[in-house]
Amino acid sequence: MADGGIGLWTVPLAVLGGAIRVSTPFLFVSLGECITERSGRINLGLEGTLVMGAMSAYGISYLSGSPWLGVLAAGVTGALFGALHAGICSLPRVNDIAVGIALMLFGTGLAFYLGKPLIEPTAARLPAIDFGWWSDVAQVRAALRINVLFLFGIALAPILYWAFRTTKWGLLIRTAGESADAARAMGYSVLAIRLRATMVGGFLAGIGGSFLSLFYPGSWNEGLSSGQGVTAVALVIFARWDPMLCMWASLAFGGAAALGPALQSVGVTSGYHLFNAAPYILTLAIMIITCSPKRTLTGAPAELSITR
Amino acid sequence: MTSEVADSAEGIAISPAADPGFLQRYGGTIEYIVIPGAALVGALGVFGIFVALFGKNPFDLYFYMYQGAFGTWFSWQNTLTRAAPLILTALCTALPAQLGMVIIGGEGALLIGALASTAMALAMQWAAPFGVQLAMAAAGIIAGGLWIMLSGALRQYRGVNETISSLLLVYIALAILNHLVEGMMRDPTSLNKPSTHEIGAANMMGSIPGTDVHWGLVFGILAAIASYILIYHTVFGFAARVAGGNIRAAKIVGLGVGKLVMTICFLAGASAGLAGMVEVAAVQGRTNANLAAGYGFTGILVAFLARQNPLAVIPVAILLGGIGASGGLLQRRLGLPDASVHVLQGIIFIFVLASDALYGRIGFLKGKS
Repeated sequence: MADGGIGLWTVPLAVLGGAIRVSTPFLFVSLGECITERSGRINLGLEGTLVMGAMSAYGISYLSGSPWLGVLAAGVTGALFGALHAGICSLPRVNDIAVGIALMLFGTGLAFYLGKPLIEPTAARLPAIDFGWWSDVAQVRAALRINVLFLFGIALAPILYWAFRTTKWGLLIRTAGESADAARAMGYSVLAIRLRATMVGGFLAGIGGSFLSLFYPGSWNEGLSSGQGVTAVALVIFARWDPMLCMWASLAFGGAAALGPALQSVGVTSGYHLFNAAPYILTLAIMIITCSPKRTLTGAPAELSITR
Repeated sequence: MTSEVADSAEGIAISPAADPGFLQRYGGTIEYIVIPGAALVGALGVFGIFVALFGKNPFDLYFYMYQGAFGTWFSWQNTLTRAAPLILTALCTALPAQLGMVIIGGEGALLIGALASTAMALAMQWAAPFGVQLAMAAAGIIAGGLWIMLSGALRQYRGVNETISSLLLVYIALAILNHLVEGMMRDPTSLNKPSTHEIGAANMMGSIPGTDVHWGLVFGILAAIASYILIYHTVFGFAARVAGGNIRAAKIVGLGVGKLVMTICFLAGASAGLAGMVEVAAVQGRTNANLAAGYGFTGILVAFLARQNPLAVIPVAILLGGIGASGGLLQRRLGLPDASVHVLQGIIFIFVLASDALYGRIGFLKGKS
């Protein structure tokens, strides 16, 4: 490599930086959805939760001056949306997938309604930690400016993996997801377990939204989310409901989404939108490969409506 | 799992009575009107409280909503223009629902239909306008139909959940549209908003004489009536409803479930694809990202509010089209953000789904369930 220019290295570096930045919302939404789906319910409405989280984080950060309060507000908003989803789904004969679609429309609509006055003002952003201090190359430093939320998300994946295996709550969630009858026989309320799992899932999805508005891209507008919430739900299926795989898949999909702009910067302009669609195509592919009429997706919670 | 086996055994024994279409036709009709109606009123009430929190008078809101939707001939035309694609995209959810399938990918079929019909029009610039329009409709119908048939085939032959696959296909369709519109099919003169070439003014579909409402409304109404006849007055539709009520029973009595699934999904997608063709040939004149205006998603709401009945889809689509049409007036007169229509749609959707729990529980409407 000649000094001064880093030539083709721009692409992998941008992909790395992109994987770190773009993947954070995927990470939070997918881990949240992983908890919800493991309890036997699917919340397709996390796209709405994500946008509501982004809006409330930006609003609270603007009003209070503290981005961390914004993150908290996003989480609480997300948990409320989760409670709404779980509340409606606990009524008899209500289809959880349809409720998800309804909340997706409602969440994005409400966020744009309430967020209309927030497009102009500038809110306090989340700080970044500079992990690239050792390098002289600007691109390396840019790629390694990492937000704390990303580190939280990365830490959360193994914690969840462990919690699902060993803690009482992890086992209860899995029991409710594998066999509602078994959970009931043990004297637990399946609806209460799913309510909490959906609220925690919403909380995490809301935090994922706060990353969008408070760090990257770091502003509030109506085009903020281009379906990241839906991508993350697809990603959970792709990752077979395993939190560690969710983490790797989030990083991979983040990298794929960063590949388009990175290639654009070195003159390859076509295929941008196709790279963005990679998560959907790959998820569809994995569903086609692992499903068959006789057996459902391996690793899927048995109570999940998409596997029945 | 064990309960499913019990269900199917029961289904065989009392097949005609257990068929939901039977009940739909002979009982509980009032229930099917009263409960969605109550859900709608409840949603409007909550939305009124919501805007009241922002210091607007809810009665002004209802007045302007009525004015903007049905108050004048002008607003009626606006409403009906918006209802046209909604009828067609609602059928994309309502038809597969007869088979017990939840397809939510109407938006994807609409986009693919629009893209295919635009490509067809651009390839046929030499032909007479009527021929171009016919070819456009065929292209939209076939492309949209195949798009949703893919979800049906994946369901039938690979066991892939059709709800998830159709939703994924929406985003794949959007990516394909953006890819082509910004690449191969781009009109180099469309700078700010990448678009395809125009299909040409001569090839645009006209309005219904005496109105500004385009012919798409007629297509939509005809498609809804045809769907109704197909589902409720043909052997094919009867077979579809049997399979929707109990798929194992349908297999045991020898119905070709695969053929039913594929045909119904093709018709569903064809209808949404036709909506895409109509939007190109009657409104936009070209394909660009404007087409992803959410008609496909609102169509899902229409289908659920109409209780998946193809005929009920028509008035419900007009109602929802009216809500969409009133958005502009609400913005001008009350200063409400343009997203208020989406908030209201979301609230209606939530109420309608929650009201599913009420069926068969209101004593005076229905003696026994």
